[in-house]
Amino acid sequence: MQRLDELEAQSVYILREAYNRIDPLAMLWSMGKDSNVIVWLAKKAFFGRVPFPCVHVDTGKKFKEMYDFRTRYAREWGLNLVVGDCPPIEAIDPSLPPAARSAARKTDGLKALIEKHGYQGIIAGIRRDEQAMRAKERVFSPRGLTGHWDVKDQPPEFWDQYKTDFPPGMHIRIHPLLHWTELDIWHYIRREEIPIVPLYFARNGKRYRSLGDQDITSPIDSNAATIDDIIEELASTRTSERAGRAMDHEHEDAFERLRAAGYM
Amino acid sequence: MAQASGGLLKIVVVGHVDHGKSTLIGRLLYDTGSLPPGKMEEIKAMSERRGMALEWSFLLDAMQAERDQNVTIDTTQIWFRTATRDIVIIDAPGHREFLKNMVSGAAAADGALLVVDAREGVREQTRRHGYLLHLLGIRQLAVVINKMDLVGHSRERFAEVENEITRYLGEIGVTPAYVIPISARDGDNVATAASSMPWYQGPTIVAALERFQALTVPVEGPLRLPIQDVYRFDARRIFAGRIESGILRVGDKLLFSPSGRSARVKTIEAWHAPMPVEVRAGQSVGFTLDEQIFVERGEIASHEDRPPMLTTVFRSNLFWLGAEPMEPGKVYKLKLGTREAPVIVQAIERIVDTDTLERRKGERVERNAVAEVVLRARDGKPLALDEYRSIARTGRFVLIDGYDTVAGGVISMEGYPDQRQALTVRSSNLFAVEHRVPRDVREKRNGHRGAVLWLTGLSGAGKSTLAMGLEQVLFQRGFHVYVLDGDNVRAGLNTNLSFSPTDRAENIRRVGEAAALFADAGFICITAFISPYQADRDRARAAAGTSFHEIYVQASLSTCETRDPKGLYKRARAGEIADFTGIDAPYEAPTAPEMVVDTNTLDIAPCLEQLADYVERNLAGAGSPMPPAARVRDKESTAPKR
Ligand SMILES: Nc1nc2c(ncn2[C@@H]2O[C@H](COP(=O)(O)OP(=O)(O)OP(=O)(O)O)[C@@H](O)[C@H]2O)c(=O)[nH]1
Ligand SMILES: [Mg+2]
Repeated sequence: MQRLDELEAQSVYILREAYNRIDPLAMLWSMGKDSNVIVWLAKKAFFGRVPFPCVHVDTGKKFKEMYDFRTRYAREWGLNLVVGDCPPIEAIDPSLPPAARSAARKTDGLKALIEKHGYQGIIAGIRRDEQAMRAKERVFSPRGLTGHWDVKDQPPEFWDQYKTDFPPGMHIRIHPLLHWTELDIWHYIRREEIPIVPLYFARNGKRYRSLGDQDITSPIDSNAATIDDIIEELASTRTSERAGRAMDHEHEDAFERLRAAGYM
Repeated sequence: MAQASGGLLKIVVVGHVDHGKSTLIGRLLYDTGSLPPGKMEEIKAMSERRGMALEWSFLLDAMQAERDQNVTIDTTQIWFRTATRDIVIIDAPGHREFLKNMVSGAAAADGALLVVDAREGVREQTRRHGYLLHLLGIRQLAVVINKMDLVGHSRERFAEVENEITRYLGEIGVTPAYVIPISARDGDNVATAASSMPWYQGPTIVAALERFQALTVPVEGPLRLPIQDVYRFDARRIFAGRIESGILRVGDKLLFSPSGRSARVKTIEAWHAPMPVEVRAGQSVGFTLDEQIFVERGEIASHEDRPPMLTTVFRSNLFWLGAEPMEPGKVYKLKLGTREAPVIVQAIERIVDTDTLERRKGERVERNAVAEVVLRARDGKPLALDEYRSIARTGRFVLIDGYDTVAGGVISMEGYPDQRQALTVRSSNLFAVEHRVPRDVREKRNGHRGAVLWLTGLSGAGKSTLAMGLEQVLFQRGFHVYVLDGDNVRAGLNTNLSFSPTDRAENIRRVGEAAALFADAGFICITAFISPYQADRDRARAAAGTSFHEIYVQASLSTCETRDPKGLYKRARAGEIADFTGIDAPYEAPTAPEMVVDTNTLDIAPCLEQLADYVERNLAGAGSPMPPAARVRDKESTAPKR
């Protein structure tokens, strides 16, 4: 089997397991490249449908291009879009470093949404190659009542038998792209012709490699104006994808603490 | 931009705690130029902050707790690229406390590096990990003897450790492709050949990795497609699942197990792609059928000529991760493919000591232990499965206790028959012609009820003697009675059957059906067969319904062996008879028999008395013949509970 087919088959299997075993289920849709790939994979898994709500936890600080994309593709893809707000920055623990504090708004917004809709499963587009803490994740990853991730005591996961039994009050984060790399994502977007936000393409010598909030995400120097260019650029770089995400770098364990608290 | 075509190669690094697994991977990333800029500086700063020399393992050990205690807690995966290929390296923890995480990492791998500290040599987790790799089905293995700098790069010490580990692996049937001396800290023999060990001529770690093969999914094998879900989003009814083995084509006749239903593939569905006419192992697919049949998640689709086995009991080799020990009689949830079913631990046959490879008896399986265990479907419903050695993906399972995964195991059917034929034979398309003489009328005239008295027990327990004795007693008291035993049945009805597990099961199935007909005819039919499998007896019970009485003729193996009336035990012990019940084939004692007669302690006469008494009470009542009305009441008040 070709590599992309293998990755796709595994992700489809994961999505189908989640849909069969966990109810109610929702997926996080940030309009970024990874979550667009998940929407696409869901349509493959469910033959043209996305049979669960697509949740956007809106910090209100995304780029205009992203809001435009949301409006257009929610309709074109027939998504059941659910938008959730985030609390104002003043409501977040002031002892956190500034970027982490900003990111924590999203964690709290997500918690509120989970509580409101009683979601038992949340599909998120994280990948192991993004960050060393994410590399330790499970495909089906249980979260405590408060959204807490107990990274020191994760359940065993092997032979594609996932954690689908859990006590009331817990929920499961499902990670269908965990085994993909950034380069895989772009190869797949190219092959499948998946629409993406234009911010990924270079303008005036800059482009976004990863899309977060406007105030804590910075573009990289690049002239990659097409998907082919991006693939070529990534194949020769060793800089990590999240280098442009400020909150990862404020402390040695900044990201671990964010994730333990329920961040994606 | 070259992306490796073909499968991803995944390599897990395992071994005893602190033998240098994470260090090796860190060094591998560094020496192959795979680290992002600034990463080394980050690691240096982290090491200095903790007052340590440069700790390569910090590249992998991302958790604060891991760095602070200098131990890997959870498995991680990292991508890197050699000159010729992309590889995913899986780091696994070596501490026994985190074995569940080691298994989570290792189970996904195509190959493994087993790391051994040159100074410490082979330790407990070295062996356990080696054994588990074997159990997990990982066949490609290289041994890495690390920290050669601490033993003066000694060729003799290397040979000693190499000897020790290859001897152990040899005993479990594993031959490492390479044994490589390295110093992870110094990078010797990691990416470049070391001048410190000129006596070593073999490949470096990188060269060895490049020679590993990515595993392919088995396209050649028989079709296995566990049904994951059934979608009815629109007019189509789509069956979804991943092909675990073989090939599926439009027009194929599919058999679903265990239900036994079948239909033809009408279409193979797809979105945003042309509809395929053929799909293969590894693909997640959806298809429709030409007939509306009821199929649900958990069934396995196959072709009719090579179906999976059906059974209510199987043998397994498993590793136990649960905090609470596994014990006989406990019930767990089995997950096999997409099927979930309750199973009961029927027997713990052996505990495997992964240190010495000794197999000993044991009452319970403790955490992190390996054992051979017999599991039985708790609800009596058959399971569709394969033997691990023939189709791995439908021959392995996990067990759930409460909310937690507590075990993983692989299936062997040694000594147990495939029950498919026996289970499906009753579903054929016969329609019954009504008798003009109803059963209760026959029973009224006979003065007693028709019944099957099913005697089961070891060879030499006394079944035949009791059966013949009871037949005589009952006949004299006016009962219509007849004995089926091996002699009269094997001579005619079953003359075409051998003594293989499958034919034995068929033998018992026919006896069960014949006995049920006798009961229907108003007779008391006594059967005298070892009938060692509960599943077979349950089927005989199903054939006769409420007329069935399971009677356990109890005698210990040693008692029977001492009696040995036909000299069979002696011959079995001498290896002249294979698959002899109690010696090298299992006997499953009844769990809820209607009656037990103990020939260990009682002579034949009192046993016969007990049996006759049982018949009087349950089939005729005291002082037969009885008036019909009274007998009906008696039926309700004293019929055995089951
Ligand atoms: N002298 C020497 N020390 C080494 C070498 N390789 C690793 N070490 C040291 O051995 C210790 C343990 O190394 P790790 O890489 O953390 O061991 P590990 O096998 O990953 O341990 P766990 O994951 O906790 O099981 C560290 O202090 C390393 O610096 C080597 O080649 N030579
Ligand atoms: Mg380690």
